[in-house]
Amino acid sequence: MTDTALAIAADVRARRRRAVDVVEEHLARIVERERDIHAFNLVTAPRAREEAAEIDRRVAAGDDPGPLAGVPVALKDNLCTRGVPTTCSSRILAGWRPPYDATVVARLRAAGAVTIGKSNLDEFAMGSSTENSAFGPTLNPHDITRVAGGSSGGSAAAVAAGFAPIALGSDTGGSIRLPAAFCGVVGVKPTYGTVSRYGLVAFASSLDQVGPLATTVADAAIVLEVIGGHDPRDSTSIPVGLGPITPTLRDGVRGLRIGIIEELREGIDGDVLARVDAAADALEAAGAVLDVVSVPSVHYGLTAYYLIAPAEASSNLARYDGVRYGLRVERPDTTAMMAATRSAGFGPEVKRRIMLGTYALSAGYYDAYYGKALKVRRLIASAFDAAYERFDLLLSPTAPTTAFELGARSANPLAMYLTDVCTIPTNLAGHPAMSVPFGSGADGLPVGVQLLAPTLGEATMFRAAAVLEEAR
Amino acid sequence: MPAVSDSISRDDVAHVARLARLELTPDELETYTGQLASVLAHFHDIDALDLAAVAPMTQPYPLVNVLRDDEPGPTLDRDEVLAEAPSVEAGRFAVPPILGEEP
Repeated sequence: MTDTALAIAADVRARRRRAVDVVEEHLARIVERERDIHAFNLVTAPRAREEAAEIDRRVAAGDDPGPLAGVPVALKDNLCTRGVPTTCSSRILAGWRPPYDATVVARLRAAGAVTIGKSNLDEFAMGSSTENSAFGPTLNPHDITRVAGGSSGGSAAAVAAGFAPIALGSDTGGSIRLPAAFCGVVGVKPTYGTVSRYGLVAFASSLDQVGPLATTVADAAIVLEVIGGHDPRDSTSIPVGLGPITPTLRDGVRGLRIGIIEELREGIDGDVLARVDAAADALEAAGAVLDVVSVPSVHYGLTAYYLIAPAEASSNLARYDGVRYGLRVERPDTTAMMAATRSAGFGPEVKRRIMLGTYALSAGYYDAYYGKALKVRRLIASAFDAAYERFDLLLSPTAPTTAFELGARSANPLAMYLTDVCTIPTNLAGHPAMSVPFGSGADGLPVGVQLLAPTLGEATMFRAAAVLEEAR
Repeated sequence: MPAVSDSISRDDVAHVARLARLELTPDELETYTGQLASVLAHFHDIDALDLAAVAPMTQPYPLVNVLRDDEPGPTLDRDEVLAEAPSVEAGRFAVPPILGEEP
């Protein structure tokens, strides 16, 4: 087990440990296991050593580098890093070096964190297993015959394997929470608009949100506090920002009303449900009031999501045209060049979603598909609103199963999409949710339980997560 | 208005691929048609919902136009941006001919 981010930062700030030694310890673990796991597209070892040395110089000079001083962090490879390749695990962006840093990357650095590498993902974050990476899948550190989950599989695996105590992912339909559950780590999808999307390569702009993965609830809280808050460079960033989480983290759940979502018990493996029930018992024992709640339209989330997200993606991914960055396949005229470039550069799942989205938006089908999906999105958000009139938090599984075997769902896109059934509704509503590891399934692999909260309910959600962490 | 359950044909997929600037081999066209049809068949579930009185929701918060003060600020470095382009001419992105092609 690796040290927590908070322990590392406390030691580095107090000069009990040097940041350069912390980096070497983590690089040594990477050397040992990365060949088997493939968490990273790129390990930025020389840069990490330089950044750590700079942290040590500042501490020696009496400066405080910040709350994440000397803490190694893995960044999902769809977060822009100036001068450092950012691929989105796609051939179409292979080798691209962004001319700017994502806001979340700049904020982590300003808090003293040290970037150790760019982690693998499903191409453009489209997938639930990280098998859709153009550079090969990430394997689950608990069992390398299983997937790590996706799309932030590299970030989750990096944290689970001790390559970095913390990582950033992005969550459009569950892409932080699902791999967190499969790899046995904490993963948080914050309220839409609380974390800047500036420099996050866009997939589905009304759903995408950056968030932390960590081994502990407290580490996830500090990372979220560092990266959150209004950003004038993101016009969907909400001005009120994210309130503090850490000060109330240990306040417990006495008197909180927590609803177990009835509809997200259907189609879930029995051993996973048993862990959800155990989590409910633990919360009840800590003084929360538990009840079952119906969120009637939640099951329609899958359909709404797989129309809305591809529709937005088909528009967002129009920018990969071989003109300004990335791959170009030369042809005598521009239209042919664009088609040749996109056909060679995108993998099968990305093509599938672009076509699905283009179809849903095309003349004659717009109202039947995209228009209807937007209405279903409203129904789901309203159903959550009704539930939150009676409950402070909701509880469900994060995923219907534990980590599945490599290749098990690759041939059937719909089977892969169904993996996201518990996580998608949150993104449609724009609410926060997090996955907390809570024991293991019949196969011995980690099970995550999902806590859901209303808009800006992060502080309350983290209190319940801290109780589960103590009880597991 | 067509129901969500209406299936997708090979011609539909070929048309959509053309709109999205994707070239498909005959094998790919066959595979994608089958896969997209099976995904669309699942979407049949929302046909049963009465959505007549429901307002569409395009994003989690009401859209508000966000404008900043009209004052010059730092921008991306031109050379750094152009260094990443596949082809550059006279300080600009260069593309193959665009005239004389199909619209």
